[in-house]
Amino acid sequence: MLDAAALECVRGQRRLFHRLSFSLPVGHMLWVLGPNGSGKTSLLRMLCGLLRPEAGKVRWKGEEVRASSDSFHADLLYLGHAPAVKGDLTSLENVRFGLAQGGVGADVHEAVAALNELGLAGRERLLARFLSAGQQRRVGLTRLVLGKSKPLWILDEPFTALDSQAVELVQSHLTRHVMGGGSVVLASHHDIGFAGIPVQRLQLGA
Amino acid sequence: MKPLALAPMFASVVRRDLTLALRRRSDALTTFFFFVIVVSLFPMGISPEPSILRVIAPGVVWVAALLASMLALMRLFAPDFDDGTLEQLALSPQPLVLLVGAKVLAHWLVTGLPLVLTAPLLGLQFQLPESALGGMMLSLLLGTLCLSLIGAIGAALTLGVRGAGALLALLVLPLYVPVLIFGAAAVSASAEGMPASGHLSVLGALLLAAIVFGPLASAAAVRIALG
Repeated sequence: MLDAAALECVRGQRRLFHRLSFSLPVGHMLWVLGPNGSGKTSLLRMLCGLLRPEAGKVRWKGEEVRASSDSFHADLLYLGHAPAVKGDLTSLENVRFGLAQGGVGADVHEAVAALNELGLAGRERLLARFLSAGQQRRVGLTRLVLGKSKPLWILDEPFTALDSQAVELVQSHLTRHVMGGGSVVLASHHDIGFAGIPVQRLQLGA
Repeated sequence: MKPLALAPMFASVVRRDLTLALRRRSDALTTFFFFVIVVSLFPMGISPEPSILRVIAPGVVWVAALLASMLALMRLFAPDFDDGTLEQLALSPQPLVLLVGAKVLAHWLVTGLPLVLTAPLLGLQFQLPESALGGMMLSLLLGTLCLSLIGAIGAALTLGVRGAGALLALLVLPLYVPVLIFGAAAVSASAEGMPASGHLSVLGALLLAAIVFGPLASAAAVRIALG
């Protein structure tokens, strides 16, 4: 259960939003919408605890996220704007080191299977800088396949640079995660339908 | 898939940074050769006279180590900051302080340790007696670790700042002064056949303080940079 109470965000001289409150129960998705510069990324970073809100509180399971960061982070999977993929590491190394940073260990077979699922079979040992932008995003997205154990997913524009097939794949993972009792916060411009799961829409900058 | 404890996570961060350093050898080699060349320039510029060289050697080696260590700091956090890796580390279930410590350790293994290992060769170039070489290595071992730990604070504070390089030097060089004084004094003492244990003890104390406070301050600065 993720709760936001009266959040306020100020960037530079501009107030992007204030008195923003919502409550996201388990098994629900929150879809954050809004034009560029309306504060979607800032909101997501606040929910993760990376950005301190000007006012208001974010709580996960009743505890404030910035106070109980270690237990909160164990539950959290955050996919930011930057894919956190290193050009000088192979796809496989990126997956395994990336997971380890999130406190999850995966053996080689699991990592290879995840790469296969994202259509990167045969490119496991290729340095990531030789991959296209979309393929690099796919390497980052393996964390969705391997991060099922984390109940809260916060995803910032996960569909950027993906082709329609990969978009569908991500969509199905999100749906399955929510159906399995997980929570998802998603910021995306893509007009995608999520059938069969409860989706709350949050419009920013309106 | 299984949750990772602290030790394997720490090891994973060190391994990742070492792998990256191995793939980009030119970065580490630049620091290393910078050190070697700066140290080698002094005999040519000042005088090849052994008695003079012996006097200036401790200071020259230490100042060169200081500058080389600073040169490498720009790459400690900045690439991770740019590609989103640092965010992920800050959101890790293990304390950021320790993961920052892991990054500093990997950084030292790549940029500090080679200086320690080549220092005896450079010492011979300065006509230092063999008895001084051990003291020089030991002082550099303790000292370069200090430099990496202290420098990390500056590197984290200047994340995302324009013209970070010059600012980093201004922030960090004054903090390096105690390490320079006691490091160079330890080498001088052992070159003159006197016990260096006093100076080395102070360096050791500085190192302990840097181990305790360095990662704490760096982690706090990283969080500020991300926020």
